[in-house]
This record gives sequence, C-alpha cells and structure tokens, in this order.
Amino acid sequence: MAIDALPPDATARPRPAGRFRRLIDSELAWSFRHSPATIAAAVVTLVLVLSALLAPWIAPQDPFDLATLDLFDAFTPPAWTEGGDPRFLLGADDQGRDVLSAILHGMRVSLFVGFTSVLFAAVVGVTLGLLAGYLGGWVDSVIMRMADVQLSFPAILIALLIDGVARSVLPRDLHADTALYVVVLAIGLSYWVQYARTVRGSALVERSKDYVQAARVIGVHPLRILAHHILPNAIGPVLVIATINLALAIITEATLSFLGLGVPPTQPSLGTLIRVGNDFLFSGEWWITIFPGIALVALALSVNLLGDWLRDALNPKLR
Amino acid sequence: MIAFIVQRLVQSVIVMLTVAFVAFALFNFVGDPIANVVGQDTSLEDRAKLRESLGLNDPFVVQFARFVGRAAQGEFGLSYQHARPVDELILERMPATLELSFVAALLALLIGVPMGVYTGLHRRGSLSRLLMTVSLIGVSLPTFLIGILLILVFSVQLGWLPSFGRGPTVDLGWWQTGLLTSEGLKALILPAVTLGLFQMTLIMRLVRAEMLEVLRTDYIKFARARGLTNRAVNFGHALKNTMVPVITITGLQLGSIIAFSIITETVFQWPGMGLLFIQAVLFADIPVMAAYLVLMAFFFVVINLIVDLLYYVVDPRLRIDRGTAAGHGH
Amino acid sequence: MSKTILLSAVAAVAILAAQPAMAKTLKWANDGDVNSMDPYARNETFLLSFMSNIYEPLVRRDKNLKVEPALATEWTQTAPDTWRFKLREDVKFHDGAPFTADDVVFSYQRATGPGSNIPTKLASVKEVRKIDDHTVEFVTNGPNPILLEEISDWYIMDKEWSEANNATQAADLTKNEETYASRNANGTGPFMLQDRQPDVKTVLVPNPNWWDEPEHNLTEVVFSRIGNDATRVAALLSGEIDMIYTVPPQDVERIRRTPGLRIVEGPELRTIFLGFDQTRDELLESSVKGKNPFKDPKVREAFYRAIDMDAIKSKVMRGASAPVGTMIGEGINGYTDELGERYPHDVELARKLLAEAGYADGFEVGLDCPNDRYVNDEAICQAVASMLARVGVKVNLNAQTRSKYFAKILGPAYDTSFYMLGWTPSTYDAHNALYNLVASRGDDKGSQGLFNVGGYSNPRVDELTAAILSETDADKRDAMIQEALTIHKEEFGHIPLHQQTVVWAARDNVDLVQLADNYFPLRFVRLQ
Repeated sequence: MAIDALPPDATARPRPAGRFRRLIDSELAWSFRHSPATIAAAVVTLVLVLSALLAPWIAPQDPFDLATLDLFDAFTPPAWTEGGDPRFLLGADDQGRDVLSAILHGMRVSLFVGFTSVLFAAVVGVTLGLLAGYLGGWVDSVIMRMADVQLSFPAILIALLIDGVARSVLPRDLHADTALYVVVLAIGLSYWVQYARTVRGSALVERSKDYVQAARVIGVHPLRILAHHILPNAIGPVLVIATINLALAIITEATLSFLGLGVPPTQPSLGTLIRVGNDFLFSGEWWITIFPGIALVALALSVNLLGDWLRDALNPKLR
Repeated sequence: MIAFIVQRLVQSVIVMLTVAFVAFALFNFVGDPIANVVGQDTSLEDRAKLRESLGLNDPFVVQFARFVGRAAQGEFGLSYQHARPVDELILERMPATLELSFVAALLALLIGVPMGVYTGLHRRGSLSRLLMTVSLIGVSLPTFLIGILLILVFSVQLGWLPSFGRGPTVDLGWWQTGLLTSEGLKALILPAVTLGLFQMTLIMRLVRAEMLEVLRTDYIKFARARGLTNRAVNFGHALKNTMVPVITITGLQLGSIIAFSIITETVFQWPGMGLLFIQAVLFADIPVMAAYLVLMAFFFVVINLIVDLLYYVVDPRLRIDRGTAAGHGH
Repeated sequence: MSKTILLSAVAAVAILAAQPAMAKTLKWANDGDVNSMDPYARNETFLLSFMSNIYEPLVRRDKNLKVEPALATEWTQTAPDTWRFKLREDVKFHDGAPFTADDVVFSYQRATGPGSNIPTKLASVKEVRKIDDHTVEFVTNGPNPILLEEISDWYIMDKEWSEANNATQAADLTKNEETYASRNANGTGPFMLQDRQPDVKTVLVPNPNWWDEPEHNLTEVVFSRIGNDATRVAALLSGEIDMIYTVPPQDVERIRRTPGLRIVEGPELRTIFLGFDQTRDELLESSVKGKNPFKDPKVREAFYRAIDMDAIKSKVMRGASAPVGTMIGEGINGYTDELGERYPHDVELARKLLAEAGYADGFEVGLDCPNDRYVNDEAICQAVASMLARVGVKVNLNAQTRSKYFAKILGPAYDTSFYMLGWTPSTYDAHNALYNLVASRGDDKGSQGLFNVGGYSNPRVDELTAAILSETDADKRDAMIQEALTIHKEEFGHIPLHQQTVVWAARDNVDLVQLADNYFPLRFVRLQ
C-alpha cells in the first residue's frame, strides 16, 4: 500500500493569498455559470431569504400581532378553492392567521435558528474533531468520550438543561428574549458530534500521509498543517452534513417548542406551523401543514444544491 | 489491541458516570413528577412527604450518588409512571427498538451506498440528479409528517400495512422478536422506512461526495493509467477509500437511529425504548430517564469502539499510527 | 369502502380460525394506557373506568349514573353517621374464592393505606366493621349525605389473593418493589384479565361465573394504546380498531363523514377555566409594577368579557364543548342553568372596564398553559391571547408539557400570574370544587384551596363551604351551594370557560353506552 500513499497535493500547498483568492473566485464563477441547477437553487434561496428578511413589509398581515387575528377566519381554505377568501391567499390556520404571512415571518425565525445553530455546531465540531484526529492520544480520548456523553442526550434534554439554567440565572423579564438563543445553543450542542467524528476520521487518515509527515518534520506550524492540509480534505463531508442538518435544525426547533422551549406558539416558526398543521391533515385542512412544508423542502433543497456546488468548486482535488 | 479495548472499556465507565451525573443535574428542570403520580386532590403535605421520601428534595449530587450506588448493585429503582422496576421495563422494550433500528440502518446502507456510488460515478446523469433531489425531500420533511403520510397512504387508503404496533411477537426466551411472523414483518415496514429515510439520504450523499473526491485523486488516475478496468478502479480502489467517513457516519448514525427512533416510535406506537423514554420525559419519570440515558451512553461507547476497530480493518495505514496514539493515552 | 369490508372480512376469517364460531372480539384504543391493573394505583377516570370491568364496587352506577346495588344488595342508615350494607351472597372472585365481608374490610384498609391514591374517596369513613360474613357497617366522621356517591368507584379486592401474592398494599414508589396487583387482577366483575402487556395491549375475556345477567355479547376484548392522535384515527379508518376512546376534535367531522363509522358524544364533567393571581401585591409576570391589577374585579370582568367562548367553541373545539359560567358543569350536584349561563361577550364593555380600572392602554401579562393535558389546551390559550390583544392586553403565552406546567403553577410555588386549569369534582358534587378551587388557601387551612392557584378569597364563601360539608338537609345544602357559587360568579373569581365534550368514535356495528362521567362499561357493549 505504500506506493498508493499520495504525494503532497500540489494545489493544497500554501500560496500567496492574492493569487489564491483570484483563482477561487474565477473557479467559483465558472462552475456557477455552468450549472443551471445551481443557479436555480441560488435564486430560490435568495428569494426565500429575502422574503423572510422583508416579511414585515411584504406580508399581507402581521401574524405576530394577535390583535389582528380573528378566530372566525380560522381554517379558511386557500383563495382559489371553494370557500376561499382573497385576503388569505394560502388559507388561514387554526387561529385565523394568514398562512402566507405566517410562513414569511416563521421563516425568519427558522432561518435564524437553522443557520446559527448549524454554524455553531460545525465550528465547535470541526475544531474539536481536528484536534482529536491530529493530536491523538489523551486529547483524542477526552474529546471523543465527551462526544459519547453528548450523543447520549437527545436535543430535547439538552434544551431543557440550557433553558433551565438560563431561567434560573437570568432575570424573569429577559426570558422571552433569550428563548431563541437557548434553542440555538441547544441544537448546536446536540449536533456538533457528527462534525467532530467525521473530521477526526479524515484527520486520522491525512496526518499519516507522507506530505503531512514531511511538513511536520520540516517544522511547519501545526495550526498551518491543520488549516491548509487536513481541513480541506475533511470539508466535503462537513458540507454534506451541514446542509442536511439545516432542515433538521429547523424541525428540531419545532419539536422543542412542544416542550414549551423555543419560540412561543403565538409567534410560530416554520417548524411550529408544520407541527401544529400536522394535526389537521386528516380533517382536510391540508394547507396549514403542506404550504409551510413546501417552503421548508424548497429551502432545504436549494441550500443542499448550493452546498453540493460549493463543495465541488472549493475542493482542490476536483479541479 | 487488547490493551486498547480494555482502555476503552475503562473509559466507557467514565462516560456512563458522566452521563448519569449530567442527567441528575438536568432532572431539576424536567418538571415535577409528583403532580403526575398522585391524585388531583392529594394534599400539599402528602405531596411534600412523597417528594421527600423519593429523595427529590436532595441536592442532585446526592441523588446522583444514590443512583450510582444502587446501580452498582443492579438496582435502578421503580418507574414513577409504571410502578415497575426500570431495568425490567427497559429490557422488555429493548428488542423492539433494536430490531427497528437495525432494519432501518440496513435499509439505509443497502440503498444508500449503491445510490451514492451510482450518483458519484454518473455525476451529471439525469437519473443521478433526480435521485439527489428526491432524496432531499425525504430529509426536509419532519419525521412525524413522513410517518403520518405513509400511514395515510399505506394503511388508510390502500389498507396494505398496519398503522400501529409491532404485530404478534415470538418469545425466544430472552428476546421478543417480531421478525419471525409475516404480520410482524409487515408491521415493521412503515416504521423502518420512516426511520431509515434520513440516514439513507445522508449516507448516499456522503458516499457520493467521497466518491467524487477519490475519483479525481492522482491515486485513481494512476490506477487507471496502469490499465485497470473501470470496475476494478471504481469498486476495488475508489469505494474502498470512501469507507472511512462512511463508516464513521454509519456507526454514528446507528446510535442516532436508536435515539431518533423516539419520534418514529411515537408515531407508530412502536413499543420500544424511545416511546418509553418520551413518555418518561413528559411524565418526569426520573428513574426511567436516568437508566435510559446511561444505557444510551453504553450503546454509543460500544458502537464507537466498533467503528474505531473497523478503521483498522479498512485502512491499514491507521494501524501503526493508532497503536502509538493509544500508547499516549496512559 | 369495499376495501374496508374486505379487510374486516379478512380480520373476521383470522379470528374465526383462532376461536370458536361465535367469536365477538372488540378491539379498542385510547391515547393513554391503563397505568396499572391495581384499582387503587391512580385516581384517574380512565383507570377507574377500565378497572370497573374487572373489579366491582359495593354500589355501582347505571346507564344514567344513578347509584344501584352491586356487591351490596341493600343498605340502611342505622344512625346519622352509620351505614349498614348487606352484601351479595354467592359472589365469587375470578379465581373462585368467595366474596365476603372480610374482603370489604381489607379493601378499606388497602385503599386508605400507604401507596393508595384513592384515600380521598374514603376520607369521610372512620371505620369499616364486619358484622357477619355478609354484613358490614361504615362509620363516618359526622353525617355524610354523599357517601354512596363517593364509594361508587371504590372497587373491592380479594383479601386472600392479595395476601397470597404479597399485594396487600398498593405499589409504593418509595419501596422499590413492584406489587403483584399492578399487572394481575382478580375481581368479581364481568370480565377477567387474560393478558397484560403494559403500553401495548390488554386482553379481557368474559367472566362465565358473573353474578349478574350479562348484557354484552363479547367473547374477547383487546385494548391497545395508540398515543399519537393521527395514528389512532388512522387505525379506526383502516379498520384495525373498532372503537377509539378519545377523538381529537379536528377529526370528528372526518369520522362522521366516513361510512361505517359514527361519533358518540356527550358533555364531560370536567370544567376548564382560567384563574388570576389575586394574592401577590405585584404580579410575577406583568408590565404593571407596584400593584396587582387582578385584585380589581373590574379587570377580572374585563378579561371575562373579552373572551368569546362561542368562537372558541365553533373554531377551536369544533362544537365539542359546552361553554359554562360557573366552576361546575351539568351533571354535578349543585349545578343550575342560571349559574351555568355565561355573561355575554362584550369587547366594548371590556375596554371600558379596563379604562375605569386605570388600564386604558392595557398591560402585559404572562399566561401559563399546558399543551398536552386538556383537549386543545394550547389552541384555546392562543385564542384567548388574541382576544385579549383586542382590548389592549398583551399576553405572553407560556405553553408547556404538563410536568413542567404543573410544577410551575401548583403549590407550594404557585408561580403564575394567569393560568389555565381543568377540574373534575371526583364526588360529582359542588362541594369538591368549592373546597379545592374556590375556598381560601393558607397554611392554617390544610388541604382546603389547594388548587385555588390564584388565591381567590371570600370569607362568606369559606363559611358556606365548611357548612355544606356537614349539612344533611338537601334543600338547605343546595341553597348554600347556590349562594357560594353565585358570589364567586359575581366577583369573577375565575373565568370558567367550558365543559369538554366526551367524544368517542366507533364502527356502526358496535352498540355501546357512553356515561356522562366518561366511563366506558364493557358490560353494555354488543357487537353485531
């Protein structure tokens, strides 16, 4: 097998920053222009993110302003179906909320929770994974056993713990404001292990390769080795997990709201809309869960396609 | 090798102790079991008395120490909800969860890996693109919604498969299996698909991502240049090299499948540990939660041990290196 | 529908293969399991209802909830505080042992002993004496006019069986061992326990030696637990189940529309209400500082007036509720239509009252609500929040799972400003609601007002509550109940919302009787 071991990877070697930057830019641009699916995904993502950001201005109703809700509007079907009402394009939910407005506002919450918690998990996970894989020994043992401890606790329980601590530490008035951060922290903490273990696996492989050994021998700083040689080789799986976990994080937030954690039901997130609407699937009020579901699928789909492209485009070996 | 395993087993005890410790710190926040245990018109005094005698007023460190002391003698206490020994409850439920999880993991692997290889080899093929897209829908919808939709189609509309439960089980003395009767197998299909879907997508995408990388490496280019057939290159060299991350994730996912089964078991009324656990959370049934969490810790430790051992088998380069790494551990 | 018919045909063939030709198996499901086979393990409707098929009380309730003889054939009051019961002869427990006075005395001791959760049913009983093998005497603490009502779901257990199996006490959580009676049962009732797999299924078969003439024609009853609402409904729709005990309101219409299925509904005895913290000088969760707005009855009335119960009934409950104006519902002794009548919904008046109280711009307050305890609890609280928003009150809704919710709002913490709660008077009498929910609570008051979470307090109501307990003249007693509940209503001590409706669903070929207390006695079930 020794002959199979890779020679130092030419493209991954450190280069002057400016040239590297330009190279990436042009490569990225090129592959972007040549992938219609990626362009479509980018457009969808952009539209969804923008409409979420602009929700207060473009949504027909403010679904979080309870005074505007009328219970008698509840379960109004979508405008184009029988019994529909032009005020509620995609119908109204069980509280008389406009589903379209609720999706737009709910997406703000969900996107925030999704992106920040995935980012948090990825940063923590990748860092710990690199350290564990590269340093090995007791560092590896400690980090990986920490991971085992972490894995034993479902996100629900982690959230309960963090929420409980936050509630006892913070003054009562702040609880409503911190609820969202509790969720982000809880979900982030629940999912870092996947990244850590994956990166550690890759790091274990890479660090035994000749070019890394060589770099170590000539005294390259370990951080440099990690960042320039080991991380790029581990980034593929990390992106796969991160993009897939985005939807998972959004859904987890909905599950947590059931326990009374996370956003209150009077300010539903995308996931909460799906969870609540789920109850009405059999009774025929499909629009309460299907439209938020479509929004979430579209979001997850386009983010994953972008992730695929980014991974391919960034990976030095694929060029 | 043996030293390595022994060392890991010692570590696993520490992991389980840590889990128990964190668990008891956490139980302060799961709510009050007393209101669930007693009748609605029980006096405050009686409630306080019961709380005291169950040791719920003690600091969590004391509760933790008591739990460990008892657990060391094989006693896990009585479930508040079921008034039955916890170990018995969990052992009774374990076969249902493990059978469901293994079948789901098997499905995910058997479908996910070939699909990953295919989509990796035919990166720009239209079937690949279709598979990649469709598989994503499966992971963007919440598990509970997927489960309900499957029930709606296959139980209510078509009437082919049961909507709940495990069907009849066969008692093997120490294991209640649902795999030996046709009804039991039918009952397994919907929950296993629901549970395996997420993992399948993840595995497929990981295998594809790894395949793409490995296929472009010089190492594969050399192999092709040496005149090896496509088949030999793809499967003999490329797939083998994708295996480290895939094994990592699969092993990891097996653990999370068991943990994820909470929602699937709830939707399908699958009488497993996940269902037991979620009820315990809602009931604040501390003895059940504690035992379940420690057991989960044990599962994860064992699974990760197996994963690390598999690294050796799959990638011999790791062998010597791990030996020294383990050596540092003393 | 041919599919369903085919399916039930297949099911029928399967049953035929396994059992004698006349097999009639009832398969039914509920969202929760029977938590124990021990009839003293929990004081909860579902457990007591289920166990009434296996065990029997001295006096049971007929189809109209009237008390009728069961294990006791007749009774007389030999003194104001002494009741003498004549026991039915030739009754046998399922294991063949005869039923005697010893069993009654034993059951009294067991039901009031450690681990039992039903001692309140016998709280008024000082002593149970055996007179001879088939006569017992109950001595109460002072006269108790409602003794029979109180003991109609206290079931008699077999002394010998309990002793032989070391089950003379209900499961004691602190003792760390399981009691035999929590998974096995030996009663005198119409059905016997054949198989018990907790949380999975419980199988009953008829008792061939039952003393009464069976009205049912069942040969087997299989009870399954299906916790998830949608799955439970699906199992009914797909024909796997003949009857479900709790139907989610939103699925009622769907089931009603499905040929071959029907909905069975009636009002339930549980009343759902909202309560205010009226004791603290400053609310824990409110924008109002330095004073407690809920101490002002005007503010309480404004909240009451702002809530539109008709909208909640039609939209949230889909018709499956009966709005009510007092703390007890129809079917509870002491209820009158006058008390039950709600004050009309009036947003303008609500705004005016708030302005008069000095809150023209409204204020902010937290609302504690469970999300898995009562039917549509979270949705009701959301609706209340948006109705209050229209009069300027900003409600911060905190909906949680019940363990966390109860831990927060119940004593000793009573950590809430505004909350939702439900209550079923377990004695079917108004006194129970007055005593637990309305009478003042305090360190010197024992368990009185234990669930008066907001601390409503009126000395006259306290006085009346105490007097009602021992008044034996039915008319005088009734007048006192009226007075107490009227004071509470006029002071807006709580906001009663509605009585839930008991909603069951069954296949058309299942004849059953639904009792107003939500009991489902299998002895009335006939399968066609």
